[in-house]
Amino acid sequence: MSAAQNSREDSALTEIIVVTSGKGGVGKTTTSASIAVGLARRGKRVVVIDFDIGLRNLDLIMGCERRVVYDFVNVIHGECNLRQALIKDKRFENLYVLAASQTRDKDALTSEGVRRVLDELGAEGFDYVICDSPAGIEKGAHLAMYFADRAIVVVNPEVSSVRDSDRILGLLASKTQRAEAGTGGVREHLLLTRYSPRRVATGEMMSVADVKEILGLEVVGVIPESTDVLSASNAGTPVILNDKSEVSHAYEDAVARLLGETVPLRFTEEPKKGLFARMFWG
Amino acid sequence: MGLLSLFRRTPPSATVAKERLRIIVAQERTARGGPDYLPLLRREILQVIHKYVNIDPDAVQMSLERESGHDVLELSVALPQKKSI
Repeated sequence: MSAAQNSREDSALTEIIVVTSGKGGVGKTTTSASIAVGLARRGKRVVVIDFDIGLRNLDLIMGCERRVVYDFVNVIHGECNLRQALIKDKRFENLYVLAASQTRDKDALTSEGVRRVLDELGAEGFDYVICDSPAGIEKGAHLAMYFADRAIVVVNPEVSSVRDSDRILGLLASKTQRAEAGTGGVREHLLLTRYSPRRVATGEMMSVADVKEILGLEVVGVIPESTDVLSASNAGTPVILNDKSEVSHAYEDAVARLLGETVPLRFTEEPKKGLFARMFWG
Repeated sequence: MGLLSLFRRTPPSATVAKERLRIIVAQERTARGGPDYLPLLRREILQVIHKYVNIDPDAVQMSLERESGHDVLELSVALPQKKSI
């Protein structure tokens, strides 16, 4: 244990970011893919890992599903080495994908195994490891967050998503290596997805400020609701690469904020309406 | 505010959502750090009160506050109007 812990400290230059949410279908995989591509586009060496064992999907979103030979569980079980399992992205040579296994064995992931893989990625000199968490609060979600330095909590402005995120915040604050060690805990960021400024303006949807106030988190990004997300997943091209889309710019801003830049929020206000419309619809 | 909103009787649904979340999240956060018996304790206290007064389960607020050196368990029950007892 202590030897492994030491080697994690040696690889302190590698930042582990978990993308998590509790609730399913809020955009964790879309976010993982776009954040990974965004960081790679800025020259960082990045690996994005699918922790959703049994329900592999990140490979489809990244567009590398036909090149999966070995997966995360194969590496953990020693059936191949890490380099064989890392799938190099076709667009960015400094970006790699580690696919989830399709096994139905729930215990395929072990804490020691995950630690070993993360240590090895650190030793390989990666700048960022993005852990795409499965939904729920079971083992996969637990292991995806356990070794994280930072967490991106993906939230839809909707009651069940916000409540589940708060559960996740509770777990981040207690069931992670950083929390247990008392070394300042995991740094948490809020990323709102499927945001509709029009519905916020009419009082049908909670605003960024509302969600921020309830969860008490700093906002790293607000992604507008858009049909571009579906088109991107259809094509297997992470949506951040669609430069014509507001979604792409919103993710690009989120990446900048993750890297410590100060960027004002965009796409959170409805375009101004005419006088007539304002009189009637407020 | 537009003219149509003058005729709107109910508050916007986002306001309702925010209020509900504020309460449930606060409640779950208190339970989180606290001992596991808290929900059961709440339910049993509720049953005892229910033997004497017909109260709304939502009218019972229980919170555990950490103060320096000790915990304070606070219980607040809103009793109904006299006639409904």
